[in-house]
Amino acid sequence: MPNSSKSSLSEKVLKVRSKNAGPFWVTIDIFCGSKPAFEEVSAKLSTERVAALYKAPLQTIKRFDIADLNVVKFSLPRPVVQGSREDRDMHGAGLAVLLEEAVLD
Amino acid sequence: MPTRVLVPSGVLGLGFDRAALARGVAARPDIIAIDGGSTDSGPFSLGEGVSKYSRAATKSEWRQLMKARAEAGVPLVLGTAGTCGSDATVDWMVAITRELAKELGQTVKVAKLYSSQPREAIATALRDGRITPLEAAPEVSPAVVLEMTNIVALAGAEQVQAALATGADIVICGRTTDTATIAALPLARGDHAGGAWHGAKIAECGALCSTNPTSGVILVDFDETGFTVEPLAASARCTPHSVSAHMLYENTDPFVLYEPGGRLDVRGAAYRALDERRVRVEGSQWIPGPYTVKLEGARIAGYQTTILAILRNGHYVAHAREWVAKLSTYLEGEIASRMELKPGDYHLDFRLIGLDSALGVLENRQGLPAEVGVLGIVTAETQESAAEIGKLINPFVLHYPLTEDEELPTFSFPYSPATTDRGALYEFALNHVLALDDPMAAFRLEVEEIGHAELV
Repeated sequence: MPNSSKSSLSEKVLKVRSKNAGPFWVTIDIFCGSKPAFEEVSAKLSTERVAALYKAPLQTIKRFDIADLNVVKFSLPRPVVQGSREDRDMHGAGLAVLLEEAVLD
Repeated sequence: MPTRVLVPSGVLGLGFDRAALARGVAARPDIIAIDGGSTDSGPFSLGEGVSKYSRAATKSEWRQLMKARAEAGVPLVLGTAGTCGSDATVDWMVAITRELAKELGQTVKVAKLYSSQPREAIATALRDGRITPLEAAPEVSPAVVLEMTNIVALAGAEQVQAALATGADIVICGRTTDTATIAALPLARGDHAGGAWHGAKIAECGALCSTNPTSGVILVDFDETGFTVEPLAASARCTPHSVSAHMLYENTDPFVLYEPGGRLDVRGAAYRALDERRVRVEGSQWIPGPYTVKLEGARIAGYQTTILAILRNGHYVAHAREWVAKLSTYLEGEIASRMELKPGDYHLDFRLIGLDSALGVLENRQGLPAEVGVLGIVTAETQESAAEIGKLINPFVLHYPLTEDEELPTFSFPYSPATTDRGALYEFALNHVLALDDPMAAFRLEVEEIGHAELV
């Protein structure tokens, strides 16, 4: 399953899911699907990279590397509050795509 | 004392497997608990105090559950009635229950747990320092509180237990936490507190914790050391992975869950397969803390009118951003001169569907689509003002040229009139907790007998 070539994250893992965690937070779960994929994502995907993708201050991002589930999870304050005038994505589900398309070096 | 809780689905209005529900009733549960709420579709439901699900879907499912309750002879509890759990949606649900009781020939004792908060009481609590912001909370002042259209407090297990203690056949709750209606009875009967909250969290979305998420029905057995969860649809299985992975869902922290009066910590939980379908969980911990309830509030942030045009001409598609930038500047002048409105008096936003309308400034892909949808969103202080701006910009959104010396272009409008009045734009305005000395201090409980007998 893990692929050492420069493929996007979505090609390496089972699924990337993003969802509101209440109106003020969004949470992104990367289901890696296997131990090797988890280890690769866990090692290569830095929190700094996630902060840059979501233009979020590094210190606001909560990170969980959950080996038992082969999941890497990030939670961050929503870029804009759910349903506010500036919101573009009520359920926060579209935010996952930025990680799906990210290429790990 | 072991407690068996039947959870028909993750939310009333989304459907469940009827054969699985029948299997659940046959398993002799001690209580049937289902949630009716969510903030997931946005602030409108709370802002207006209305359900997001249709009355028809809600009534048809509630009919099945009222029949299941009569057959099982145990209480039926609904958490967060009508999506937002305001007093208005509790009464909406009671009205549906009254109709069904008549249609089904049932007489039922109904307990109503009301969660709406008077604005003045919340403004006073804020002044008195009894309200604390959570992480990423919006700024709030007593003045802002007084502008809110609806404020609710999230009830925990204690308030649901008080409703159950009335001996009600049906409990219709205003806003509760997702887990409270499931955890209430096991906790009242002295089952393991960590297990009660953890099992409730696992079951709150119904079969989402199983291999067949849409099948709905889940059975949870709580006891003095933990809980066992089993899906009731023939095709569904719970596995240690499907169950433990559910803690990730819509949670910022997959290991800690805050509830009124404490927090659940599942870092020590062990998930074990009992067989092909059932999972046993032990080792979760409940850590008591100060008694606080979370608040949700919504207020009106303006009124909106929208307009949608589609650019299909290749030159305009290729220059869509430039076109929108020039158009916006031009419209600002038109609105100022004809309506005497400055940019700060209203807000006009064009979203380019096909380029970056979902991600905005976060979009990092570029490419040339076949067409670009231009969604104009006007926000103003009144609906009349938003509608006027919409009508004023309409001809320019239809014909505005990229360059001065070209023939007037005409873009595609999908419908007439081209503008749509959306009504109020609501925004979530609270992410705070309220400290309570008595769990019932912010909630009201009423009991009434309704149904067949009252009509005779």
